[in-house]
Amino acid sequence: MRSLIKVSSSSPSQTELKQGQANVGLGGVGRSKKHESADKQVAGEAIYVDDRPSLRGELHAAVGQSTQAHANIISMDLSAVKAAEGVIKVITVDDVPGHTDIGPVFPGDPVLAIGKVEYIGQPIFAVAATSYDLARKAVTLAKIEYQELESVLTVKDALAKQNFVRPPATMKRGDSDSAIAKAPHQLSGEIMVGGQEHMYLEGQVSTAEPTEDGGMNIFTSSQHPSEVQKLVAEVLDIPLNKVLVDMRRMGGGFGGKETQAAPWACIAALLANETKRPVKFKLGRMDDMVMTGKRHPFENNYTVGFDDKGQIKGINIEVNGNCGYSPDLSDAIVDRAMFHSDNAYFLDQAKVTGNRCKLNTVSHTAYRGFGGPQGMMTIEMVMDAIARHLGKDPLDIRKVNLYGEQGRDETHYHQTVEHNNLAEIISTLEESSDYQARRKAITKFNQESSILKKGIALTPVKFGISFTAQHLNQAGALVHVYTDGTIHLSHGGTEMGQGLNTKVAQIVAEEFQVDVDTVASSSARTDKVPNSSPTAASSGTDLNGKAAEAAAKIIKQRLIDFACETYQVTAEQVSFANSQVLVGEHMFSFAEFAQMAYMARVSLSSTGFYKTPKIHFDRATGKGRPFFYYATGASVSEVIIDTLTGEYKTLRTDILQDVGHSINPAIDIGQIEGAFVQGMGWLTTEELVWNEQGRLLSNNPATYKIPAINDAPEDFRVALLPDAPNREHTIYNSKAVGEPPFMLGMSVWSALKDAIASVADYKVSPALDTPATPERVLWAVEALKADGKG
Amino acid sequence: MKTSKVRFLLNNDDVVIENIDPNLTVLQYLREIQFKSGTKEGCASGDCGACTVVLAELDENKPDQLNYKSINSCITFVGSLHGKQLITVEDLKDGAKLHHAQQTIVDNHGSQCGFCTPGFVMSSFALHKHNQTPSRSDVLEALAGNLCRCTGYRSIIEAAITANKSTEQDSFAQHYQQTLCKLIELQKLPKPALSGNNHDFISPKNIAELAYELTSEPNSTLVAGGTDLALSVTQNLATIDKLVYVGNVKELTNMTETEAEIIIGSALPYSKFIDTLHHYYPELGDMIERIGSKQVRNTGTLGGNVGNASPIGDMPPALIALGASMTLHLNGEERTILVEDYFVDYKKTVLKPSEFIKSIQIPKPVTGQTLKLYKISKRIDDDISAVLAAFFIEQDGGGKITNVRLAFGGMAGIPKRASATEQALQGKSLNKESVAEAKLALATDFQPMSDVRASDKYRMTVAQNLIEKCYLELQNKTIETRVMNYA
Repeated sequence: MRSLIKVSSSSPSQTELKQGQANVGLGGVGRSKKHESADKQVAGEAIYVDDRPSLRGELHAAVGQSTQAHANIISMDLSAVKAAEGVIKVITVDDVPGHTDIGPVFPGDPVLAIGKVEYIGQPIFAVAATSYDLARKAVTLAKIEYQELESVLTVKDALAKQNFVRPPATMKRGDSDSAIAKAPHQLSGEIMVGGQEHMYLEGQVSTAEPTEDGGMNIFTSSQHPSEVQKLVAEVLDIPLNKVLVDMRRMGGGFGGKETQAAPWACIAALLANETKRPVKFKLGRMDDMVMTGKRHPFENNYTVGFDDKGQIKGINIEVNGNCGYSPDLSDAIVDRAMFHSDNAYFLDQAKVTGNRCKLNTVSHTAYRGFGGPQGMMTIEMVMDAIARHLGKDPLDIRKVNLYGEQGRDETHYHQTVEHNNLAEIISTLEESSDYQARRKAITKFNQESSILKKGIALTPVKFGISFTAQHLNQAGALVHVYTDGTIHLSHGGTEMGQGLNTKVAQIVAEEFQVDVDTVASSSARTDKVPNSSPTAASSGTDLNGKAAEAAAKIIKQRLIDFACETYQVTAEQVSFANSQVLVGEHMFSFAEFAQMAYMARVSLSSTGFYKTPKIHFDRATGKGRPFFYYATGASVSEVIIDTLTGEYKTLRTDILQDVGHSINPAIDIGQIEGAFVQGMGWLTTEELVWNEQGRLLSNNPATYKIPAINDAPEDFRVALLPDAPNREHTIYNSKAVGEPPFMLGMSVWSALKDAIASVADYKVSPALDTPATPERVLWAVEALKADGKG
Repeated sequence: MKTSKVRFLLNNDDVVIENIDPNLTVLQYLREIQFKSGTKEGCASGDCGACTVVLAELDENKPDQLNYKSINSCITFVGSLHGKQLITVEDLKDGAKLHHAQQTIVDNHGSQCGFCTPGFVMSSFALHKHNQTPSRSDVLEALAGNLCRCTGYRSIIEAAITANKSTEQDSFAQHYQQTLCKLIELQKLPKPALSGNNHDFISPKNIAELAYELTSEPNSTLVAGGTDLALSVTQNLATIDKLVYVGNVKELTNMTETEAEIIIGSALPYSKFIDTLHHYYPELGDMIERIGSKQVRNTGTLGGNVGNASPIGDMPPALIALGASMTLHLNGEERTILVEDYFVDYKKTVLKPSEFIKSIQIPKPVTGQTLKLYKISKRIDDDISAVLAAFFIEQDGGGKITNVRLAFGGMAGIPKRASATEQALQGKSLNKESVAEAKLALATDFQPMSDVRASDKYRMTVAQNLIEKCYLELQNKTIETRVMNYA
């Protein structure tokens, strides 16, 4: 079994070194490894929850939905539902043995309506039937009598009535009122920022399977298995150790499966518990769009004072989030909108107020950026407004307001902005995108073209990395090394397409210097890694990568100790390279060495744990360091608009993003491109429309338009900032990438405004609420034309 | 008792189905009956393409040729598979080897969450079967009906361009003759039909059979591509008692040309006539490329678009502006009317019980005529129009308008001509004054409504502006006026 091999000096090839960035080893950190599921995904072999073979006796769930935005339920006649073909069980909230409220942080989300309804689509009762179609048909047969209550359906109305899901909060630095008053120039304005449907391609789905000891196994498409476990246990009134949640992969999440996956798992579990049969609950697309929360729409306003250079001296910003009917995660989401009201700019004397408005719509929730994007829109609007007011290029105003050296490096929540590289990123991008020459060419084009007008804009992003709820900044992992040298990896993170499993496997492989293909990741399971945080806040790799590394290091240390003991060498004489273990003069394959260690009774399994250092924040004072570090980037977009119809097209986008020392450049570029297009969609074609009764009209992909293939910029150039390891000690000095580039989509919105501004000779900054649909663009054009005439 | 059977090839396997509810979609059939879960349900409404599969079928004009077309399996009824080969994402691998339509997506990092991926693979595969050297715009046209929420598309576009450059023969090319023979065999079988759960599907093969079915059971529901009808089943949870599928009716699925007209069978999918129309009316061809998606154009038909009398169909205004006519058939009797006269009121037409649309006749262009088409929607691809404007203008040598037809979709309960506006232009030259008058007149022609796609005010303003745009385009043929074409 044991064989001794002479040392060879093989090392990774030069080509491989070039492909990555630095210190590329066999494990592959820094290399563009393909997504671990790619081969299966293209072949239709990757299994999503709905693809699992059905379990014996499996039933299908559906829920009866409220048709009223706000009403008391007077009576409920479910006899026709119970009598409908295929129906096995009908439950209401009275049948819930445990908790009836499944609010993730604060109460407010009944699993099934308790006497009243607060939005159209709210689940009132649930059905288990023998087929998906029969369940969906049965729920339409209920007769429910309502007593209508007054509903609040606009942010303005909620503000007027002080109808909030959580109390308002303020962050403050200095005396903004007097700074604004003293400044040479003042401006004020307001903007409505639209929400966004997640439109993950795989809708919400969970299967609940009763276990022999009164517990429940849950297969779900969730970003937060541990929370699903907790809520299922609570509604069933059983301990957490009787609930197992298994989450192999999601067909997209984007925040929409952070809290919004749990209700369907809970309802499936309740029905499974009642029927003692497995129950699958899959939401059809329209139900998914009606019943699950979206990105919060916001209505923000500002008053700013600035000098002749355009530098901000003082600013008051108010952000008003439309939270829907319940708190859900809205406290933290509006907080993040407040944190990011500065985006990349030093606000000096600033006051930022955030209101959490309660409306009778579905409860809005996490979505990539988590309120940050909505917060940033205000200040980007301010940049454009200052520029037009002073007759300058908006880029000049953005540059002059960036965070800088001491004295210009503290945020309105009193965190010092360290290692800020945005000036460098912007100047590099300005150069590489040929911004100045294109600006000139566009001005000329606009003079000559009467109907079509072009616009260009460069916008930066600075995004704070860490959960602002401190306790969530922790992660666990479990690594097993088997006797054939293969490795099994579990961590608390969930794979939703972002390549987390691939990156974490690369990290573990790197630690042992083995081929990444020998590291297998399977489902995130609550019985392998407990008490996990949601995979959210761009933190997946930062947290789980570190935890997995810690687990691997523990095992590696045991192997080193074993080697030292057995071969009487020092630890320095033991090294891992090329799937081999070098012990003094001896060399073993990793597999051989694992087998040897096993025979010597060395434990080859370990957990690992990580918690993010340095962070703290006091909500009461609005002060602290909520973020471990900032992720930065910038983009330049060029657009063309039709001034007669408002139609437009993005012609070219250049992006430069700082991802630190990239663990997987291809995956990072994929995240950036995808985030950008999603951000652009949010600000352009993706329009949520509710009618006056509070019914969502844009409730399917025929009426809600996410970017399609022709919307992606025709010329799309994405680069990673080279040689820029994170100065904080993150995993391999990488930086988070999931959310930050989403906000690069703002360059498209600002470019549209630039194009519109051309019709009034760039003297006015057009008001352009989002999404900037062709209709809104046309109105903005017409408003400026009317201005010109008047 | 008659036997109700539908036969097709599931990849290479001969499949006979009977006793299946014909309201079942191909997607449900694959996932629930064949237990093939590679094909995904993203929306069950034909809007996302995650469920894309490919059908190979005999070319009606070249019997030794197979056509491969991508379709949305979620809105295709299972009975319409008869006589075709159904290819799904699971069938593409050759042993352990990925097909190049798959491998290139892996190589370009074009899958993230992977849920849309099987659909993209199938659209790319279908494109490859017809076009070995696709341009970027060919790729965009083929993939515009597939939504991806993760990647931003760049990687997928590159994958599709390279996939189609492969010269390697895939397993379908190797089995080409065999497939061809099997499909020819299937064509010889008598009238396909399917019954299950007290619902029926029948697929007549000629116009006499069709007329018979409709006369004997006037409450039958006609289905061609089903791209609209199937939504009533998947979204509104309706069940249809009797489906009469017209996709195999010989006389309804061909296209002929006379000196003066192009005659398009009502059940001929868009993809079969788009090139011809593009040849005669380039703007019409361009507009059709934006109707639905490739998958929808591969099954959707002119008869369906006109027949269901939706106020937001894109073809009716174009056909009205062109002065197109349509031939209706009722139990052996035929009548020909103007498309314009077909629409009575919202979703109401002159069609009599048991009568059906046989064909649509489009006049060929004559010198001095201009057709201008404008499709206004939130999104470029696969979006229903807020306004569709179709302007047909004939001018004499001096530029005076001798004949004008301005038809709009999205402006009223039916696709409709702007008669007051036409009157304002008739006999005049196009100039600032006449255009201004026309714009004013338009406000008397329509009172559009507000909905999820656009406000009433936008619809009116944009419609008026399109008259101005048309004028500017006619004034100056080199002026850039369309963002969609701008490159």
